[in-house]
Amino acid sequence: MKIKDVMEILDAELIDGQNLLDNEVHTACGSDMMSDVLAFVKDQSVLMTGLINLQVVRTAEMMDMVCIVFVRGKRPDDAIISLARDRNIALLSTEHPMFTACGKLYEAGLRGGCSPQ
Amino acid sequence: MHFQVSSEDFTRAGEASSAVKKALKKLGLPPDIIRRVAIAMYEGEINMVIHAKSGEIDVVITPDYIDMTLRDNGPGIQDVELAMQAGYSTAPEEVRNLGFGAGMGLPNMKKNSDEMTIDTELGVGTTVKMKVYINTPS
Repeated sequence: MKIKDVMEILDAELIDGQNLLDNEVHTACGSDMMSDVLAFVKDQSVLMTGLINLQVVRTAEMMDMVCIVFVRGKRPDDAIISLARDRNIALLSTEHPMFTACGKLYEAGLRGGCSPQ
Repeated sequence: MHFQVSSEDFTRAGEASSAVKKALKKLGLPPDIIRRVAIAMYEGEINMVIHAKSGEIDVVITPDYIDMTLRDNGPGIQDVELAMQAGYSTAPEEVRNLGFGAGMGLPNMKKNSDEMTIDTELGVGTTVKMKVYINTPS
């Protein structure tokens, strides 16, 4: 699936990254706890979160993620958008809450890649 | 590569790790090695910003390994063994609201490095050294 498919499935608004919409995504994870993303996640492409701060982008960057979806209609500020743009990470915002957003992507075939520990 | 880390501004945490990640990418190192270094160093940088007033990071890149030394003037770690346990955290509530402080930092640093040593003294500071080998499978 591509980022533009994620956008469609989640009825999401593209906040930034028009040029990245054709990038492939393989797996996804949803978390508001960046510590857990850093510790448990493996080979993820999409990060769904309700957390809004620069460390969300930094975490995605360290994990080689290509897309961040802000759930519950949350919107990042300009500093976050600018950092994400610089790191080639697409930003989406969906009105769906976390559980629904994860469910919709799962239903569409996207899987989690967290290593069970 | 040398970095000064200040805890004044949490939003800047990760800048050093980001710079190192970029440098390693430029050198064309394998993505999994780059990611392990990036995660280990980022966790260390976050720890520094949370717990210490200031610190510095030195990164040495050789053909065989990457060495990271994180030195801070923080409060020190009271019980290293306890701090190494997954889930144990002394991070304040405000840090948890930012998405950190789950008690996964040190264990995750160990997981992503091949060698790690912690040298700490209460009231003086902590030095964490990590090594990631380039050619040895983890």
